[in-house]
Amino acid sequence: MAEVEINNLSKAFEDQVVLDEISLKINEGENVVVFGKSGSGKSVLLKCIVRLMEPDAGEILIEGENVLTLPMKKLNEVRKQIGFLFQSAALYDSMSVRENLEFPLIRNFNFTEKEREGKVKSVLEKVSLEDSIDKMPAELSGGMKKRIGLARTIITEPKLILYDEPTTGLDPITSKEISQLIIELQKDLNTTSIVVTHDLICARIIATHAVVLKDGKIRYEGNLENLTSKNDPFLQDFFSSEIIQAKNGSN
Amino acid sequence: MEPDTKEQVSVAGKRFAEFFSMIAGLTLFSIEFLKNVFIPPYEFGEIKKHMDELGVKTLPIVSVTGFIIGLVLAMQSQPVMARFGAESFLPGMVALSVVRELGPVITALIFAGRVSSGIGAELGSMRVTEQIDAMEVSAIHPFKFLVVTRVLACTIILPMLTIYVIFIAILGGFVAIFLSQHLNFELYTNAVIHSLEFSDIIPGIAKTFFFGFIVGIVGTYKGYNTENGTVGVGRASTSSVVISSLLILIVDMILVKITVFFWG
Repeated sequence: MAEVEINNLSKAFEDQVVLDEISLKINEGENVVVFGKSGSGKSVLLKCIVRLMEPDAGEILIEGENVLTLPMKKLNEVRKQIGFLFQSAALYDSMSVRENLEFPLIRNFNFTEKEREGKVKSVLEKVSLEDSIDKMPAELSGGMKKRIGLARTIITEPKLILYDEPTTGLDPITSKEISQLIIELQKDLNTTSIVVTHDLICARIIATHAVVLKDGKIRYEGNLENLTSKNDPFLQDFFSSEIIQAKNGSN
Repeated sequence: MEPDTKEQVSVAGKRFAEFFSMIAGLTLFSIEFLKNVFIPPYEFGEIKKHMDELGVKTLPIVSVTGFIIGLVLAMQSQPVMARFGAESFLPGMVALSVVRELGPVITALIFAGRVSSGIGAELGSMRVTEQIDAMEVSAIHPFKFLVVTRVLACTIILPMLTIYVIFIAILGGFVAIFLSQHLNFELYTNAVIHSLEFSDIIPGIAKTFFFGFIVGIVGTYKGYNTENGTVGVGRASTSSVVISSLLILIVDMILVKITVFFWG
C-alpha cells in the first residue's frame, strides 16, 4: 500500500488556474473519491501525480518521495508501483487483449512465459473476460474495454491505483459492476486508490473519503454521506443531479 | 497599410513563424532520436514488424510505378536519341537516370505518401486516445517503442525498396526498347552494366537512407505531437506527407550537389 501526500500543488494553463495550492493527504489503504464540475482540474490532478503533466508549483510525495523532482529512471521505478485506469481505457489498438496485458510484464518484469500466461489468465478471470483473450480492442464493447483496462492496470499488482472516471459512458448496471469490481480488487490487492468520478453510485461503493474541487481549491473534504447531506448550496446543487441519477441507476 | 493587407501580412508572418517552429521542433525530435537509438533495450521485434508493415505493403505500388517509369523514360527518350543517332546509348541512359535520380526520388516520394501519412495518423490517434500516456505511466518509454522503431524501419527499408524499384524500372526500359528495336535481353543487360559505375550506384542508394529517415522522423514527429483530437489526427497525417515530400526534394538537391562535387 502507498501513502500519498500532496502539498500546495498549483497548475495553470496560460491565464486559467486549474489547481490553486491544493493540499491533500491520502493514507494507506484509503479510497479517495475526487468530485468536481467538468474542468475543475480532477483529471489534471491525477496526471500531475504520475507526472504526465508538470505542475507549476508544489510537491507530491508517494511513500515519502517527491515524484516531481525525481529523475526519469527513478520516476519510472515509482510508476511501476502505480496503476492508472484512463477514462477511455486507452487499450493499445494494434495489440490483442493478451498482448495488451503482457505488454507491461514483458518490458518491466522478468517473468517467464508461463508465469506471464498465468497472470494474464488470472486477471482476465477477475474481470470475467477469459474468453476475450485473443480479441482485438475494436471487437470489445465499452464496458469490456473498461474491464480489460482494469485488468491491465492491476496485472502488475500496483500499490496505488488512479482511476480517471472509470464508469463514464457506461450504463448504470455496467457502471455498478465496474465499481464493485474496483472495490473487490482493492480488497484483494490491498491498494490505495484515488478515483475521479461524477458517478455517485460508483462513489458510494468505493469511497472511504471524498473531496470536492471548486475554483482550483479543495472546498469540501470528508465522509461521502456527510458531503451529500451537507446544508451547502453548492454541494446540494452539485449532488442533486447525481442523486437523481443514482436513484434511477439503483431502480 | 489597408486593413486587409495588414491582416494578410500578419497571417503570412504567423505561418512563417510556425514553419520555423516546426523545423526547430523537428531538429530537437531528431536529436532525441539519436540520443535514444543506441540505448538498450533494442526493440528488434518491433523494427522487423514495422519493416514488414511499411515496406512489404508498399511493394505493389512501387513495382507498378517503377515499371512504368522505366518504360516511359525509354519510350520518350528514343525519338530524341534517334535524332542524334545515339539509340545505342538508350539502355545506358535509362539505367543512369533510374539509378542516379529517378529510382531513389520517386520511390521516396511514393514511400512518403504511403508511409509518412500512415505513421502520422497512427501515432496521432494513439496520442488523442491516451495510448501514449498509458505507455508512459506504465514506465515504458513511448519514444523508444513508437518513434525509434518506426524511424529505423523506414531508414532500413527504403534503400531496399529503391534497389528493387531500380531493377523493375530497368526491366520496364527493356520492354520499351525490345518492342521498338527488338534488342535482346543479354545485349540490353550488358549495355546497362557497362554504363554504370560505382560512383553512380553508391550515391544514388546512399541518399535513400536520408530519405527513409526523413519519412520516418516527420511522420512520427507529427503523430507524436498531435493536438486537438481527431481534427489534429487528420492534420498530422496530411502535413506529414507534405513536409516529408518537400524535405526529400530539398535534401536531394543538396546531396546531388555534394555528389557532383566529389564524384562529378
